[in-house]
Amino acid sequence: MIRQTTMIFLLYLMASCSGGGEKTEATGGIPGARTDLPKTLAEVEKDFASFKGIGPVTSVTLEEAISEEMAAAGKVIFDAKCSACHKTDKRFIGPEPKNVLSRRTPEWVMNMILNPEEMVSKDPIGKLLLVEYNGSPMANQNLTQDEARSVLEYFRTL
Amino acid sequence: MKNYFRYITLMFAVLFTVAMSSCNTGPKNDKGALGGNIAERSFVAPGELDEFYAFVSGGFSGQLAIHGLPSGRLFKVIPVFSVDAEKAYGFNEETKPMLNTSYGPVPWDDAHHPDLSQTNGEVDGRWCFINANNTPRIARISLSTFETEEIIEIPNSAGNHSSSFVTENTEYIVAGTRFSVPVPQRDMSIDEYKGNFKGAVSFIKVDSETGHMNINFQIMLPGFNYDLAHPGRGASHGWMFFSTYNTEEANTLLEVNASQNDKDYIAAINWKKAEEYIAAGKFTEMPANYAHNVYDESTQMATTTMMKTVKVLNPADLPGLVYFLPTPKSPHGCDVDPTGEYIIGSGKLSASITAHSFTKMLAAIEGQKFDGDAYGIPILSYEDVVAGIVEQAGLGPLHTEFDGKGNAYTTFFISSEVVKWKVGTWEVLDRAPTYYSVGHLMIPGGNSRKPFGKYLLAMNKITKDRYIPTGPELAQSAQLYDISGDKMELLLDFPTVGEPHYAAGAPASLIIPNHKKFYKLEENNHPFAVKSEKDARVERDGKNVHIYMTTIRSHFAPDNIEGVKVGDRVYFHVTNLEQDFDVPHGIAMIGANTSELLIMPGQTETFVWEPKMPGVWPFYCTDFCSALHQEMQGYVRVSAADSDIQMKWTLDGE
Repeated sequence: MIRQTTMIFLLYLMASCSGGGEKTEATGGIPGARTDLPKTLAEVEKDFASFKGIGPVTSVTLEEAISEEMAAAGKVIFDAKCSACHKTDKRFIGPEPKNVLSRRTPEWVMNMILNPEEMVSKDPIGKLLLVEYNGSPMANQNLTQDEARSVLEYFRTL
Repeated sequence: MKNYFRYITLMFAVLFTVAMSSCNTGPKNDKGALGGNIAERSFVAPGELDEFYAFVSGGFSGQLAIHGLPSGRLFKVIPVFSVDAEKAYGFNEETKPMLNTSYGPVPWDDAHHPDLSQTNGEVDGRWCFINANNTPRIARISLSTFETEEIIEIPNSAGNHSSSFVTENTEYIVAGTRFSVPVPQRDMSIDEYKGNFKGAVSFIKVDSETGHMNINFQIMLPGFNYDLAHPGRGASHGWMFFSTYNTEEANTLLEVNASQNDKDYIAAINWKKAEEYIAAGKFTEMPANYAHNVYDESTQMATTTMMKTVKVLNPADLPGLVYFLPTPKSPHGCDVDPTGEYIIGSGKLSASITAHSFTKMLAAIEGQKFDGDAYGIPILSYEDVVAGIVEQAGLGPLHTEFDGKGNAYTTFFISSEVVKWKVGTWEVLDRAPTYYSVGHLMIPGGNSRKPFGKYLLAMNKITKDRYIPTGPELAQSAQLYDISGDKMELLLDFPTVGEPHYAAGAPASLIIPNHKKFYKLEENNHPFAVKSEKDARVERDGKNVHIYMTTIRSHFAPDNIEGVKVGDRVYFHVTNLEQDFDVPHGIAMIGANTSELLIMPGQTETFVWEPKMPGVWPFYCTDFCSALHQEMQGYVRVSAADSDIQMKWTLDGE
């Protein structure tokens, strides 16, 4: 618990001193990491396609047609494990998933669900989001990759 | 003057240490705890993990403490027989039944001897068992959740001391009576103790899948004091050995009157024979009344069942069931070596240690070489069963453990030392002082075929001048010795909880893979669970108000509640929606006449609040959960009993 809190304060510190530098310490060790990091979420949202996030998901193929079955399963999971912090269509504890694929890549969304600790401490967008949302950590709800994929499909229906 | 001397000694020791450490090629020194690399050997660097778990009895705290070895660090105190407001054990509605007994709820006990489940004679890391001495009970603790899952009361018993020892496939846990009593209990003259009081020993069957306990049978022994026990193993598997004292059957001033006989007995019980007699129907089904409390991980609730009968075997009528092995001077410890051949009896008023031979015992039984009987139970001749004596090893031998390399280690209470001796030759190999008055000792895996002979933990009764003082009482002191070499070396002192009587240890690598990180919400079948925040609600049922509440970092849902009235009984059923390791939430309500709740991820717990005054009353999260923990709070509006304020609950106005 305390460890987690300490980490969050450290993140605050890191986030507050990353503004002026060209390259932040946290991404320094990642091969192929971008050095022209965005400084605001608005900048990210103009050019989000190259941000895949950090985690187990490197590539997601979205079929043109939404799978209703998968989306229905995703809604059940979302209601049970995510809705305490996310309302579908408006900002709550965290951001709303509605239209998320116009702001983030599908890979990024799944990595944020599956690997939130690393995402909010190392991913350039995740770090900005942690600050934007008052240091409120994205909870790891221990979804499987399939479950996260279903939740993503549900987001497409919103 | 004394302090002066100590400072000077310390200064020299420090200089010596510096000198030694600056010389890489120096010889290994054996100058005690201040020399050489002693500190390094119990030092577990920040971020690193201990090699062993030690499950240390909490003695008169009633609990079970978990320390790491070799660091001695205290990691958790698991509530077992006593209420624990920190963890709401015995306070929340779910765990209150765990402390039920035939005498009603009992909020405390005296926890004595932890022992670990075994498979094929080796510790298997599934469960820890421990006995309550005062109101006889045996508890089972899960080594996955580290929670007390089951407590069974022992009828016809008192001073449940020769307990809770585990057979080599966890077939049975034994529980023996230290204070013999009338069976069944009745109003009679205490002077008529002799010949009338009984000492029941109970064999509690353990379900190999669930761990659930059930008293399979009791053996009704003469009214002696049954002090400690250990199971046979290997060739002696199927037997259980109990030490006895007060074979004089004294009922007053025992310190004199129970020390008259030159020898008392070790009772050897053939429990496989007992099973045959049970199967053949040679038992009496005796009326009884005892509580069986089970915590169900699925419903997250404990329930109590009152058991009404127990099967009793009378050894006088059942040949081959029990034999008495004469053993000098009120034997206390009763320990069996890893091969199962030697049964060690430590006559606590003696200077020597007696080792009986299982092979010789069988031969004496085979040859019917009996030296009389006690209440119909055959007594074997001392000369026919004794294998060897560790002569004049110290004063007041108590308990023996083994290192798996042919050596035994016995504590001596009066002379405050641990003595290492060789099994088979009975020669003393080494001795190490303890500070002070050592009782039990533990080598991880000690009660098994495969001890891990690297560390020895001594548990001492007296601490004075070892720690900075804390008033008239000091924490009991445990001491860790390195026993990997020829000589025992004292590494570390550390304080313990309550007064530890025995401990059990196992490699961390055996336990860690099975530990539970969080409870899956899908598997939460608590009847008042809320698995999604949108189902959070408040329901009134007459004077009972049920709040179905959820927690997640960092808010309650609902967090504003109106419509509660003075005179209501308000149930907070709180489900922690987190699904991640080490993210509990707490909740406490101003003025509630109970403890906080501390709810593990995925769990539901309940407390009851009976508001006494109109007003707006806050509640909050008690476990620091995130950077926004201080914001995790809410209010309940309480109106007068005749108010017509409607029931209403919201989070963020919705």
